[in-house]
Amino acid sequence: MTEYLSLAVNSIFVQNILLAYFLGMCSFLACSKKVETAMGLGTAVVFVMTITTPMNWVVRYFFLQKGALAWAGFPEADLSFLIFIAFIAVIAAIVQIVEMVIDRFSPKLYAALGIFLPLIAVNCAILGSSLFMAEREYSFGESVVYGFSAGFGWALAIVAMSAIRKKLWYSNVPPALKGLGITMMLTGLMALGFMCFAGISL
Amino acid sequence: MISNKDKKIVKDALWDNNPITYQILGICSALAVTVQMKTALVMSVSLTLVVAFSNVAISLLRNYIPSKIRIIVQLSVVSALVILADQFLKAYMFDVSKQLSVFVGLIITNCIVMGRAEGFAMQNPPFRSFLDGLGNGLGYSCVLIVVSVFREVLGSGTLLGFQVVPQAFYDAGYVNCGLMVLAPGAFFLLGAVIWVQRSISGYVEQ
Repeated sequence: MTEYLSLAVNSIFVQNILLAYFLGMCSFLACSKKVETAMGLGTAVVFVMTITTPMNWVVRYFFLQKGALAWAGFPEADLSFLIFIAFIAVIAAIVQIVEMVIDRFSPKLYAALGIFLPLIAVNCAILGSSLFMAEREYSFGESVVYGFSAGFGWALAIVAMSAIRKKLWYSNVPPALKGLGITMMLTGLMALGFMCFAGISL
Repeated sequence: MISNKDKKIVKDALWDNNPITYQILGICSALAVTVQMKTALVMSVSLTLVVAFSNVAISLLRNYIPSKIRIIVQLSVVSALVILADQFLKAYMFDVSKQLSVFVGLIITNCIVMGRAEGFAMQNPPFRSFLDGLGNGLGYSCVLIVVSVFREVLGSGTLLGFQVVPQAFYDAGYVNCGLMVLAPGAFFLLGAVIWVQRSISGYVEQ
């Protein structure tokens, strides 16, 4: 249990997928103008990431890893070069299914998340977390925890940023620095703040 | 053979319509691979090739792709090209490929590639799409190189692995700026690059 907790704290705060690995910057910059939008996108990312990371673990473990096809009679086969195309296909398919399921069972949630779901298929944080999962050789349990907490860390960062940007409406920023430039600087300050968590160890 | 309009496509992407500073595309990798100039260069070349050829492929297919499933068709074209790039790097530049880790794979979801495929290649003929891809790739490369030069010189005192800050400086008490190697340094530096570029080009975001 402790190692899961430590992995969760580590990937939410210390190695925040956005602030330490820069993943998902594009939607972070585009959708952090309003707190409601940021909340909606953040929830959708947590949701999709918690499903896709373990799903990709299963795909990798049973089909793509070296020697994974032994059950089908091909112990020598190594399909790990197909990892990118398989992962992105799984993500795109799951986003589509999630969209349909939510639409069927919870129209209210669909109305709130609807426009963000298609965007998520090309959010690099989602593919990134799956690739990190593969590179670091997580177990199944770890991949569930990692998927959830990396998504949660991302959501935390985007919600915090949207709150800061709201305050920024009333400040006098140099014209050329407006928008993207100042957001970059603020993200830098936020990353500095998050680095303070590096001392935490469980 | 190359008309003025074609030239304009490339020039626009390099400066006025730069993918990073103006279109806000592809920022993730611009920050992550710029600690050293070597990785930045390798990444620039890979991305430029992928975006140019994916534009050609999408543009050739543009009349046959049903609009409902276009995203997944685009993604599979792009990921096929990225697999090629990744396998090539693993075969010939293994150490760089290890340093780039997941970021080569992330070219797939790099917004520049998808953005240009969706925004340009779907409506334009192959040669023009190729130029657009090339221009955008080069525009991205320019920003990457600028950021990585600053980060490597200020952060580790080297350039492409060679010592450029003289030993006399260190003897006199000069210390490398550790912040530049870390994530926040990248954010500050890219913010500054955007500031300078926009001050010169005069673009103001509303």
